[in-house]
Amino acid sequence: MDLTYTPEQQAFRAEVRSWLEAHVPKHPLEHFDATREGFEAHREWEKTLKSGDWGMVTWPKEYGGRGLDLIQWLIFEEEYYRAGAPGRVNQNGIFLLGPTLIEFGTHEQKQRFLPKMASGEEIWAQAWSEPMAGSDLAGVRATAVRDGDDYILNGHKIWSSRAVFADWAFGLFREPGSERHKGMSLVFFPLDAPGATVNAIKKINGHVGFAEIFLENVRVPAFNRLGDEGQGWHICMATAGFERGLMLRSPARYQVAAKKLATLWQANKETADPALEADVVRAHMNADAYALNIYQTASRLMAGAKIGPEASTNKIFWSELDIHLTQTALNILGPQAELTHDAPDAGAVDWIDDYIFALAGPIYAGSNEIQRNIIAERMLGLPR
Amino acid sequence: MDFTLSDEQLMFSETARTLFADSCTPDHWRKMMEAGVARDDARWASIVETGLTLVLLPEEAGGIGLGETDFALIAQEAGYVALPEPLVESAGVAAPMLAALAPDSEMLADPSATIAIQHPSNPYVANADSAAAIILHDGGEAYLVTPDQVTLTAQPSIDPFRRLFSVEWDKANATPLGKADWDLAFDRAALFNAAFGLGLAQRSVDLAVDYAKERQQFGKPIGSYQAVKHHLASAQVAIEFAKPVVAAAAAEIGARDVQARARVSHAKLVALEAADKAARASIQVHGAMGYSWEVDVHLFLKRTVALTQTWGTPSTHRARIATRIFTQPMGPDQTFAREHENA
Ligand SMILES: Cc1cc2nc3c(=O)[nH]c(=O)nc-3n(C[C@H](O)[C@H](O)[C@H](O)COP(=O)(O)OP(=O)(O)OC[C@H]3O[C@@H](n4cnc5c(N)ncnc54)[C@H](O)[C@@H]3O)c2cc1C
Repeated sequence: MDLTYTPEQQAFRAEVRSWLEAHVPKHPLEHFDATREGFEAHREWEKTLKSGDWGMVTWPKEYGGRGLDLIQWLIFEEEYYRAGAPGRVNQNGIFLLGPTLIEFGTHEQKQRFLPKMASGEEIWAQAWSEPMAGSDLAGVRATAVRDGDDYILNGHKIWSSRAVFADWAFGLFREPGSERHKGMSLVFFPLDAPGATVNAIKKINGHVGFAEIFLENVRVPAFNRLGDEGQGWHICMATAGFERGLMLRSPARYQVAAKKLATLWQANKETADPALEADVVRAHMNADAYALNIYQTASRLMAGAKIGPEASTNKIFWSELDIHLTQTALNILGPQAELTHDAPDAGAVDWIDDYIFALAGPIYAGSNEIQRNIIAERMLGLPR
Repeated sequence: MDFTLSDEQLMFSETARTLFADSCTPDHWRKMMEAGVARDDARWASIVETGLTLVLLPEEAGGIGLGETDFALIAQEAGYVALPEPLVESAGVAAPMLAALAPDSEMLADPSATIAIQHPSNPYVANADSAAAIILHDGGEAYLVTPDQVTLTAQPSIDPFRRLFSVEWDKANATPLGKADWDLAFDRAALFNAAFGLGLAQRSVDLAVDYAKERQQFGKPIGSYQAVKHHLASAQVAIEFAKPVVAAAAAEIGARDVQARARVSHAKLVALEAADKAARASIQVHGAMGYSWEVDVHLFLKRTVALTQTWGTPSTHRARIATRIFTQPMGPDQTFAREHENA
């Protein structure tokens, strides 16, 4: 146990910091889910990041990364959020599919997909959910039928984040006639492939943040299948482990938010309810506890451990802390809580938007009810 | 940066776990409650023999000279069995204070002796009657007495294994030890009680899990019902996010700065909140059985209540975290920052 950074880690932090200071856009970009322009501006930012070799620092060098360890990744993320750098438009690619590709992909697949993912040249969407397969993902009905060296894809995917403007999707498909967890494969397809139709769906904040995808005889090479045929469920669960357990939500994100909340409190404490200070303190505690938990997980993984069902506790913790934190801000703002960022009296932080965003946390990446089931059954051993 | 425990540390806590699992079973609790006692001399002897009481004592005072991380792991195992004997206060707080003030004290020479401690933050002294000596405070100075040199008035606690006393004493009968580090005593007590709380919490969950697998209603084990599962899963989430805070607090306590104090307070708050959540979930999952004296869960609830409010109330600890937030830089690069780095 040594909770101090080595000189190398400190030097790395300084390097990240100075690069970001020189490159992070001075004005915030338009949100990537709001318009095509916002999306493309974020793609440009990804290219800038890649020009400094910061696309995905943990990946092997030969696939567009820097070959760094998870502690360095955490340091990078801390500096990234500290600098107020743009959101990662390719998060489904770099944080979810990327680590899965590294674990299950062939060398040729990694060469083909990872460098362009790291550079933002190809931006990815996750196409798992279907109208009849949400929490019960094993109920997926979309099919992949082998035809020589190709697959023919058919089906209806929904809630696919960023699919409106993205280039590629990784979807979950089954062999016709197969049931439940068997016979599924993870297959990549271009979102502009002949036979693929993408319809935007507005989120409650008005952004076209997700989409439904109709696939009609979409032909893709078998090369686009990750892992063995029928191994799709197993691979999806590994992806979900990365998503919940480590990468989807950086602790730094909440530590920055907790700091902004403390600033908001300081500015308003003469007029706000004094009892709210306890919530401000709690928000900091939660963000710090999450950071400590992730540092511990990173250390464990570096010592050879694997992510297990405890990843489900993370997902519950960060989604709940986010709601508590943003709701505390609304309580401090009082009658100004409802103002949108267009209002003349709006403050620098768009707390209402952050709050609305936070409310999705307990739903996506596997609902919190499902996570509690997983904890109860796989961590505690309660009967199904 | 490495947030993992060493093999030696894991071995030590394994030893403690085995010892407590054998010597502090539900049978032992029952017998002690029937007899109305709070100390089992045989068990304490085996704790002493294993060296658990010597962990934090410096080698000059006959100890092993290990650190807070090591002792916190032992405290956590002690919490898992709701250990009646005052291992935390005696070996984790009072004996190290005495060793710092009077390394040659004869009270340290007898390894089986327990030492009780009065602290400005607590109105009562726990386990003063069975202690070989009591450390008392007056104006920042520490004094040493034996129980027969003072008047002890029992203040019965809801916890059958906690003996609380008001102490009336006269300086004329006490040995002065000089200025003591009451802040260090407070931080250590808060930290080790946090670790103890983690153990209490996990045991409450585990007792409920065992029961929920066995107990059948509507033709199925109650543990197959989601309402039951979700109570226990939520308690487990609280435990998982208290653990790393306790570990970090133990690793950083020696820094003795505003961040280290806030971390200890954070640990105490969340570990005992987890213990409370777990104990109440456990009672609920046990139904009326959980409300009976017969089932052991109440021991974990009662110790949780006691430890939550001693060695700093929740508001005291929250205030220490507020001080850290409002006087030191915050943000993602500050997780492990020290006070002097920010000055
Ligand atoms: C903002 C956002 C972004 C998303 N992005 C993507 C994406 O990029 N790609 C993608 O594939 N999907 C995405 N999703 C979809 C997400 O994964 C699903 O919404 C989620 O899995 C839940 O499925 P559902 O919406 O069909 O709800 P349902 O499964 O119908 O659940 C409805 C409610 O019932 C509860 N419930 C269901 N089953 C159980 C059970 N067994 N026990 C207890 N409670 C239960 C749920 O917890 C929930 O509260 C996104 C969703 C949101 C909100």
